[in-house]
Amino acid sequence: MPQVWRYLLPLGIFAVLVYFLFKGLSLNPREVPSPLVDKPVPNFSLPKLHAPDQRLTAADLKGQVWLLNVWGSWCVSCRIEHPLLNEIAKNNIVPIYGLNWKDKREDAIAWLNKYGDPYVASIADLDGRVAIDFGVYGAPETFVIDKQGIIRMKHIGPISAESLQKDILPLIEKLKKS
Amino acid sequence: MMTALRIFAFVGAVLTSIAFAQAPSQPLPPISPELEQRLKVLETELRCLVCQNQTLADSPAGLADDLRREIRGLALAGKTNAEIKDFLQTRYGDFILYRPPVKSSTWLLWVGPFALLLVGGVVFMLVVRRRGRGGDEGPGGGGSVPAPHDAERVRKLLDE
Repeated sequence: MPQVWRYLLPLGIFAVLVYFLFKGLSLNPREVPSPLVDKPVPNFSLPKLHAPDQRLTAADLKGQVWLLNVWGSWCVSCRIEHPLLNEIAKNNIVPIYGLNWKDKREDAIAWLNKYGDPYVASIADLDGRVAIDFGVYGAPETFVIDKQGIIRMKHIGPISAESLQKDILPLIEKLKKS
Repeated sequence: MMTALRIFAFVGAVLTSIAFAQAPSQPLPPISPELEQRLKVLETELRCLVCQNQTLADSPAGLADDLRREIRGLALAGKTNAEIKDFLQTRYGDFILYRPPVKSSTWLLWVGPFALLLVGGVVFMLVVRRRGRGGDEGPGGGGSVPAPHDAERVRKLLDE
């Protein structure tokens, strides 16, 4: 082996190792990519939170771009993103539907009265059965769904102002035009 | 600047994981001991997505309870283990499986350690051979021919 390789080879291996370790630092292991992106919204039929005798189904929401936001009154980090959702609703940017996950009806309504209700409607998933079909594993989670009822994006954890401006709003605009 | 951003992202990720909430849970419906045993084994091969380093069998998280109940429901409906895994995989992705499937995006994961072992073995062989031939020079470099002063010492020691 030529002399230089004796030094270059370990250095090269070291550089590759550093690259992967450094990349690993900036990854969030909580963000598990969803296999549901670019797949149709799972079928659901759930009672509305405010009117339990009425049901909302996936088919009812076709023909528009909409957000599905998974929330619960027990979920602390849902409060972090809630002002942003209120802002979206106030400016009529996109209709938001709430999936009230494993909650009590009275707790959920009290929570909305306290923090504001940005949802066109919330549907009550008391036993978490529908949440499993959506691959939900922690609240809050937000799905962006297009006019054909295809999931285009899944945001895990509270929405930040940055991710809203950089990723979510541009996607919504694009989907609205298509 | 880059580093500051990365640190910020990291702190943000840690905070998010702390803030990540768990849902309240309900008790499981009773089933036969044989099925219980079968599901216990199945659940040790599935990952809980809330506390990611635990299996579904060990996890106390609310979501794990829901998934265990769902798995029981599927098993009672006559689904096989493979069908149940498939059901979860289409919803939660490969991450839910403790043993990732071999496919184009994971072959490095499966083959990588063996490839590294092979490379290490080849390098080791080369080094050993070379030293055996005495090709390496310098102190501590080995080689079968001792340096002159070493040879001198050895001879002295043997003479004593």
